[in-house]
Amino acid sequence: MRRRTQTQQGFTYSLSAILFRLFGLAVIDAFALWILPQMIHDRVWYLVVLLVVITLGINIIFLKEEYYPLRWMSPGLALMILMVVYPLVFTVYTAFTNYSDGHILTKQQVIQVLSQRLYLPEGGESYRWTAYRSEDGRYALWLVAPDGRTFVAFPGEPIQPADPGQGDIGPADEQGTPTHIRDLRRLDRIQVIRYLPDLEKLEFGTPPHVLKIRSLDEAAALQPRYVYDPQQDAIVDQQTGKVYRADDRRGSFVAEDGEALTPGYQVFIGAANFQRLFRSPALRGPFLKVFLWTILFAAGTVLTTFALGLFLALVYNDPSIRGRKVIRSFLIVPYTVPSFISILVWRGLMNPHIGVINTTLEKFIGWAPPWFSSPTWAKIGVLLVNLWLGYPYMMLISTGALQAIPEDLYEAAEIDGAGMWQKFWTITLPLLLVSVGPLLISSFAFNFNNWNVIYLFNRGGPPMPGTPTPVGHTDILVTYTYRLAFASGGGGDYGYASAITIIIFLIVATITYFQFRYTRMWEEISENV
Amino acid sequence: MSRNLGGLLASKRRQRHLITLGRVIVSILAIAYAVFPVLWIASASFDPRNSLAQQRLIPPNASLENYRALLNNPLQPFPRWMLNSIKVSLITSVLAVIISALAAYAFSRFHFRGRRSLLLTILLVQVFPNFLAMVAIFLLLQQIKNYIPSLGLNTHGGLILVYLGGALGINTWLMKGFFDAVPRDLDESARIDGASDWQVFWRIIFPLVRPILAVVGVLTFIGTYSEVLLASVLLRSKENFTLAVGLWQLIEGQYTQKWGIFAAGALIGAIPIMILYLIAQDWIIGGLTQGAVKG
Repeated sequence: MRRRTQTQQGFTYSLSAILFRLFGLAVIDAFALWILPQMIHDRVWYLVVLLVVITLGINIIFLKEEYYPLRWMSPGLALMILMVVYPLVFTVYTAFTNYSDGHILTKQQVIQVLSQRLYLPEGGESYRWTAYRSEDGRYALWLVAPDGRTFVAFPGEPIQPADPGQGDIGPADEQGTPTHIRDLRRLDRIQVIRYLPDLEKLEFGTPPHVLKIRSLDEAAALQPRYVYDPQQDAIVDQQTGKVYRADDRRGSFVAEDGEALTPGYQVFIGAANFQRLFRSPALRGPFLKVFLWTILFAAGTVLTTFALGLFLALVYNDPSIRGRKVIRSFLIVPYTVPSFISILVWRGLMNPHIGVINTTLEKFIGWAPPWFSSPTWAKIGVLLVNLWLGYPYMMLISTGALQAIPEDLYEAAEIDGAGMWQKFWTITLPLLLVSVGPLLISSFAFNFNNWNVIYLFNRGGPPMPGTPTPVGHTDILVTYTYRLAFASGGGGDYGYASAITIIIFLIVATITYFQFRYTRMWEEISENV
Repeated sequence: MSRNLGGLLASKRRQRHLITLGRVIVSILAIAYAVFPVLWIASASFDPRNSLAQQRLIPPNASLENYRALLNNPLQPFPRWMLNSIKVSLITSVLAVIISALAAYAFSRFHFRGRRSLLLTILLVQVFPNFLAMVAIFLLLQQIKNYIPSLGLNTHGGLILVYLGGALGINTWLMKGFFDAVPRDLDESARIDGASDWQVFWRIIFPLVRPILAVVGVLTFIGTYSEVLLASVLLRSKENFTLAVGLWQLIEGQYTQKWGIFAAGALIGAIPIMILYLIAQDWIIGGLTQGAVKG
């Protein structure tokens, strides 16, 4: 608060500034109050909380003088809370639930969904029916109830009481059945049998009054199939009498014989997702492979790109080289092409059938690496592509850092009779690593999550055989979670994907912690305050 | 003794020649390696035969056929994707720079309780890249669509909002470093003349730190332009795709047939960024190395 006290005398807000601020707040508040009731009505509580927290926060910051500095960062903070902090909290929460396709709804919602399902009872009230069909294949039924009342039923339209000759219903024949309804003609016995497969599939009327054909003479009203019994916390199948008890650990209604109703519901399952990861043999194997490859990929990328980048930086370190700037401009070309384009281009160049690399190799040595089908070559391929993408950055930072190494160190070493290698290992590399080291760590962390290279190049393939969820040999942790959540055949397993996300986060956070320590960023932050 | 020295000099000269020769060879190889994919894609884009197996570096009957096919197919609205990408990246980078600069100014100039912990919190939170929480973000935008349709799923507004979630972070820290380097005497003398905080920021600091803001802006632009993961999860319909998502979908599974068209698209898509790099090259490299030294 030093600044305030310094300028307190002689510094007051102008009236227009105050009015402007209040007007802005009023707009924000009015907007929040306008959408809040809808959110409450829809029971989207997390959005309600987010909206209230952010709006209240902005009000406090802009009204209380002691939070003056926060006003400058309020847009950034609001966006960070909405798009980073909340998703992080959600991910941690989800990791401890069974949230997945088939377990998305709450228990209440599942009961509601299930109680809307209907079935055709075998006994009970039934109608005699006559079918009508239009030229273009629409159907209608003429229904006669046991008490003699008559109705017309179309699929998707409410069932209406009706009499022959009334409105768009044709006149009755000798049995009292209309000859046509609207533009639909009555079907005789033979035609009915021909169209029966269609008719049997149709549901006439709208919920809750829906009819289906039960036999050639009878149509019957559908009845709710599942009824929830709160006393035993179970759902009873009215058709079979089977009882499905709520299993709150699995998040499903399960019968004695183990059969579960779909959909299930969302429940807390504690650390089960993490346990699955480490204990289930079917998952642990692929997970460990993916984990090891992620580290190998990130470390390999840093190592190869840094080696090539440093080598090139050293080659062109001498300022007397002619055309140095031109050559360097050519060498950073890979850095200037957006990575997704380069990756897709390389994927084409390395294509076994049409790629120039493979066709050329085949022409001259009769063999080319199977970049997309062999696990080992796929890994080498990804590393090679990433080498092309990454070496210019390493070259640029090494060039900068090389200039900071004092020349007299080399002179001293030369007097001591050190050769080129010796100078490199004892002077250049150690000194370089001091300034470039933190950037190498950043590069490792970046490649640890380098979804682009892996997924755009080969979608993480080739696939590992026999895994419960699809995994590829070049999948890294991020692409693995992406597949689990969005691209797996069996539907998204968000709980499990979130558990892996948390592991990724912990690893990256650890790396960053060491980086901060290494670069003394913590101390720097403290010093400057 | 003198003969010995002469021999030494001769061997030194020979060594220098050898080094020069080595350099030439390295240069040729390295430039070929760096440029080859770009040349190849350029050549493919002008080759109307669309058959890769016989492709030459200079296609025998070069034509603009691929470009015509690329630009006139309503099923793959490439010009639209291009505009979408430029729009999203431009808005994101401008807003991100503004948001970040305002925060950096406050961190640099105002002393308040909790300043250190707030800065640390921001840096730590941003260690979590929000694309990892793609499920949460997907569901969030799906819900927001019910209340503010222009910021929901499958909108550019929503995508930009997601990108801006990361606006405060390491960039703020970098900018703060540069803001700190602007002498405070300048602020103080302006304040004596009656300038408000806003005027100090806008009239004094802003012009002096413009280079770092430009670097951050350009890097954000390029990063946004190249982002595929979130864009592919959040944009659902073809006409809303960014270039990255569109090009990716364009060649998924049908490389052989569409290679030439893809090549044309890749080249057009890469050009804005390459130009941006050429213009801002010195700034960016300066920023990178400064980042390295500052840490």
